[in-house]
Amino acid sequence: MALIKKETVRKRMGRRIAANSTAKGIFIAATMFALVVLAVLLYRIGSEGMEYLSLEFITNFASRMPERAGIWAALIGTLWVMAVTAPVSFILGVGTAIYLEEYAKKNAFTRFIQINISNLAGVPSIVFGLLGLTIFVRLLELQRSVLAGGLTMALLILPVIVVASQEALRTVPRDLREASYGMGATKWQTIRRIVFPAALPGILTGTILALSRAIGETAPLLVVGALAYVAFVPENLFSQFTVLPIQLYNWTSRPQEDFHMLAASGIIVLLIILLIMNSIAVYIRNKFHKRF
Amino acid sequence: MMEVTINHKNVKKENVKKENVQDAPAAFKVNNLNLWYGQDHALKDIKFDIPEKQVTAIIGPSGCGKSTFIKTLNRMVEMVPIVRMSGEIIYRDRNIFDSKYSVEELRTQVGMVFQKPNPFPKSIYENIAYGPKIHGIKNKKVLDEVVEKSLRGAAIWDEVKDRLHENAFGLSGGQQQRICIARCLAIEPDVILMDEPTSALDPISTLKVEELVQELKKEYSIVIVTHNMQQAARISDRTAFFLNGEVVEYTDTSTLFSNPSDKRTEDYITGRFG
Ligand SMILES: Nc1ncnc2c1ncn2[C@@H]1O[C@H](COP(=O)(O)OP(=O)(O)OP(=O)(O)O)[C@@H](O)[C@H]1O
Ligand SMILES: [Mg+2]
Repeated sequence: MALIKKETVRKRMGRRIAANSTAKGIFIAATMFALVVLAVLLYRIGSEGMEYLSLEFITNFASRMPERAGIWAALIGTLWVMAVTAPVSFILGVGTAIYLEEYAKKNAFTRFIQINISNLAGVPSIVFGLLGLTIFVRLLELQRSVLAGGLTMALLILPVIVVASQEALRTVPRDLREASYGMGATKWQTIRRIVFPAALPGILTGTILALSRAIGETAPLLVVGALAYVAFVPENLFSQFTVLPIQLYNWTSRPQEDFHMLAASGIIVLLIILLIMNSIAVYIRNKFHKRF
Repeated sequence: MMEVTINHKNVKKENVKKENVQDAPAAFKVNNLNLWYGQDHALKDIKFDIPEKQVTAIIGPSGCGKSTFIKTLNRMVEMVPIVRMSGEIIYRDRNIFDSKYSVEELRTQVGMVFQKPNPFPKSIYENIAYGPKIHGIKNKKVLDEVVEKSLRGAAIWDEVKDRLHENAFGLSGGQQQRICIARCLAIEPDVILMDEPTSALDPISTLKVEELVQELKKEYSIVIVTHNMQQAARISDRTAFFLNGEVVEYTDTSTLFSNPSDKRTEDYITGRFG
């Protein structure tokens, strides 16, 4: 005798199929919600920001008169800060990841460091600002300089780069390391010639995404002392500076409507920069993605 | 597939070739080797001479310590953190566990081919040139020559000579394995260790690798782990039967397969267990 009644199976069938389409509908709705919000946001920014978007807007300094105001100082300031943040965070982050993944003994101490790095990645950015203020601005007497700002930003994204690089290093198959060691290569040769190149696309992608997070950060730099109104570009690492998000924040907090429109134009520029950076990350990932 | 009868009752005593393998000089002398993975005693009092310029096959059921043993010969087994060892392995009058003996030096002389083909994600040329490069050879002409010689040595030159700068991942599994053999030849070792080099390959590629091993033994001492007893019978001069971390029987291949002296060996090669 059959244990399963054909009749019940048939009755259940309709309900199962209905539940299946309901689930699909829910997930589509969730996605659509985010897409709609994003579309509205982009539409508002686009319609407000196009007004002032022009070449002059990029090449002019900030001004009290909206029609003459531009983002030149903030744009160049952002580039200066990134020029400090990118190499410092890359070298320290990748170095730490290589140590933890390849050299460190898997003991309690290493685990302790590991847990702390992961936790640091979740610490609010303002805390890093306070750290930068204490260490770089006050203790090392770098004042409110590009250098102090860049180093603070480097600290902020360091944990993210470490974790991303570790993951990239972990995906390098053991086979490849064994093949290299099996030919008499030293650990350093194996890391430099095999492991690092194989992990590099992942490391670069992680670094670029971390940097694009840093470009949009405001709080830590406000704490470190980036200026809100600047009519000059930094001349060296010890110059004072502002960055794009601070400039935008400054404009949005003014009462006049025109400055809000300027902010929207600035947001468009910022979004374009982020888009370019993310495209580079995607490009690297696809171009160098190797089958193992 | 290639059928080789190994039922010892069918092999006439007269057909057994009487090579005097015992007299060949030893590449390795293994004495009282013991190895533990934590508490797990994986190799027990191994005593074992591996002759020069011959093929030594290691057979035995899964988990009996074949891979572990072959990996002690180039000290790759030390990459497992919980490993402990005692005893000695003499290679060219020196104990490889001697503190003055660096693993890098040892592995330059004792190359290894792995079970799964593991080329680097680089071009064919760079795969082969890797070994010489890490040993400091930079001269392009020398490298070119080494690459060609090694690829010829691994019987794959004709198949890849027009695509040396393409990624090695584009090759078939069998070709990749021969690239790995060529890569191993490029460091000009004395000994080549092979851990089930054909287990991931199809019959035709397997045959090619087997022919290659026959060719290579003119210049290299070869130790090969295999699950395939026909393969051991076909290509090796001496065969060792491992069981539970011990060497049960080690003698010339024809004797081992035609006239095993230990009951357990006989049971294993006649397929009664394992
Ligand atoms: N990395 C390791 N850590 C702990 N134990 C291990 C490790 N590698 C092997 N062993 C143990 O050592 C014993 C021998 O393993 P080994 O890999 O040498 O067997 P094998 O003869 O090569 O088997 P197979 O034919 O399946 O490859 C097994 O009991 C195995 O569980
Ligand atoms: Mg094995």
